[in-house]
Amino acid sequence: MLSDQDRIFTNLYGLHDPFLKGARARGAWDGTAEILARGHDSIVDVIKTSGLRGRGGAGFPTGLKWSFMPKEIGTRPHYLVVNADESEPGTCKDRDIIRHDPHTLIEGCLIAAFAMRAHVSYIYIRGEFYNEAAALQRAIDEAYAAGLIGRDACGSGWQFDLHVHRGAGAYICGEETALLNSLEGKKGMPRLKPPFPAGVGLYGCPTTVNNVESIAVVPTILRRGAAWFSALGRPKNAGTKLFCISGHVNKPCNVEEELGIPLRELIDTYAGGVRGGWDNLLAVIPGGSSVPMLPRSTCDTVLMDFDSLRDVKSGLGTAAVIVMDKSTDIIRAIARLSAFYKHESCGQCTPCREGTGWMMRVMNRMVEGRAEPAEIDTLEQVTRQVEGHTICALGDAAAWPVQGLIRHFRPVLEQRIAQYKSSRAAVGRMAAE
Amino acid sequence: MARQGAAPDSFSFDAESEARIAVIFAKYPAGQPASAMLPLLDLAQRQMGRVTGSAWVPIVAMDEIARRVGVAPIRVYEVATFYLMFNTSPVGKYHLQVCTTTPCWLRGSEEVVHACRRATGIKDWKETSADGMFTMTEVECLGACVNAPVLQVNDDFYEDMDAESTERLLAALKRGETPPPGSVKGRQTSAPEGGPATLTSLSFEPAE
Repeated sequence: MLSDQDRIFTNLYGLHDPFLKGARARGAWDGTAEILARGHDSIVDVIKTSGLRGRGGAGFPTGLKWSFMPKEIGTRPHYLVVNADESEPGTCKDRDIIRHDPHTLIEGCLIAAFAMRAHVSYIYIRGEFYNEAAALQRAIDEAYAAGLIGRDACGSGWQFDLHVHRGAGAYICGEETALLNSLEGKKGMPRLKPPFPAGVGLYGCPTTVNNVESIAVVPTILRRGAAWFSALGRPKNAGTKLFCISGHVNKPCNVEEELGIPLRELIDTYAGGVRGGWDNLLAVIPGGSSVPMLPRSTCDTVLMDFDSLRDVKSGLGTAAVIVMDKSTDIIRAIARLSAFYKHESCGQCTPCREGTGWMMRVMNRMVEGRAEPAEIDTLEQVTRQVEGHTICALGDAAAWPVQGLIRHFRPVLEQRIAQYKSSRAAVGRMAAE
Repeated sequence: MARQGAAPDSFSFDAESEARIAVIFAKYPAGQPASAMLPLLDLAQRQMGRVTGSAWVPIVAMDEIARRVGVAPIRVYEVATFYLMFNTSPVGKYHLQVCTTTPCWLRGSEEVVHACRRATGIKDWKETSADGMFTMTEVECLGACVNAPVLQVNDDFYEDMDAESTERLLAALKRGETPPPGSVKGRQTSAPEGGPATLTSLSFEPAE
């Protein structure tokens, strides 16, 4: 079990003052100027060495991503954009950072922006987080007033401006290039890559987009050292992570733990166990709605990190653990996700626009059982035609939950179809009599 | 300004909004005024809510925003209709946004939906109650899943809801009260019920 002393988000639950005085007491803004004095590239090197992988879902090495930015500021300014569009079903961790520990994020923005030679940063926060955005703005105002950011951030000589930009209700804006379009005042439709944002990003300038949690852990890593961070977790899966445990557990909650903690330990230790006991567990979606579910048998032993979950054909995603007990209509649970992706598809790519609607309609019939057994394979094939054939990963995200359902619960689908057929047959007999 | 629900013939930002507009434009680099599009749509919707009691964005407001950011009106229309949070038709004083995505559904969001319908008389999504008090919208994941089910009323999240607490909340709103947002069970934000199991060994001395 991770000790409190090794937890980065020490005000996760908002027990203490979220604002500057409280944040300083927790160690924020301590020696920031000295950190910046180490220089742009040595900060990037520390983050590389720490093994930090992006906390927004993809798990790409953060330091490596930073190193894609040009080493000199050319004719175009550099931007750091922070993705606070937290909308992946099951995920509610960035909200806690923003409302309870905004200064960890703001300080992280300064350090990361400095490392990438950006003088301006935007935090794109989902529009529904109105109160959270207000808390963040208050903290930013404090940081400006205290000289921590602004013309001469922390007395380092580096000018740094930080702005909050609120979204307006579109899951797709969590995709980094859709986010950039949205920030430019356009519809949130993803861009083709390449060019990648590090070359052509916000306003056509070099840009890096990072998740809130990825940025907010940066100050602590630089204070305590890359070795401290990489000693936590497992090889290639370093550090601590915020987990969101929702669904059929006795005590849903957020908690910070080491990567690689066994799923069962996570649920039993922090979330009060599965409702009705571990044997009442049906399945778990381990990383937000976009990753395939795990059947009970896998849940017994799987570890919660990027590579362990990839090995069982799922993913860590945002580390949002959605627990479903045996009372769950598993077909309906996934059909609702299909409706989600249909609703959130931006409509730009045909396989996703048409495929998400198609999958939703078939899934809704599967809930009733109003289908032919052969349609299960057709559905599986359609998911393969959507997956990998779209500009962004939303198509993949829509396909994977359905694939996970078919992979692990095909007999349930077949049984539902058989039930429907026999109930119709009974109706037919009654009508004949 | 028109009464609640009627489409106004014209729209202009009032003094309170104008003060905000200056702050908004200052966030973006010169030559990028279109970045202010979402903030201005939000501002127009808030002004409508403040002045008429119905927070929505009429076309005349979109036209004004197009003028302010220097784009063709169609660019504003397409953005306004792309994002769910912009109401392109009038809504009630309280906009009930019920999350029914899987994590909330697993924790009983259907009960919350039914309770909202019972209390308001609303039958279908996007419908406004006869008294103009409530509009119900089905929304996707609100990002507060460990406090599911979640009901968003205007800007506030009410969490850990069930049928009873939904009825209590709506009754209070009808009386003109605004109960404090957050967990209706009294949970400490996203900590487990009964209190945090971690971070309890830490105490912080205020810095001087």
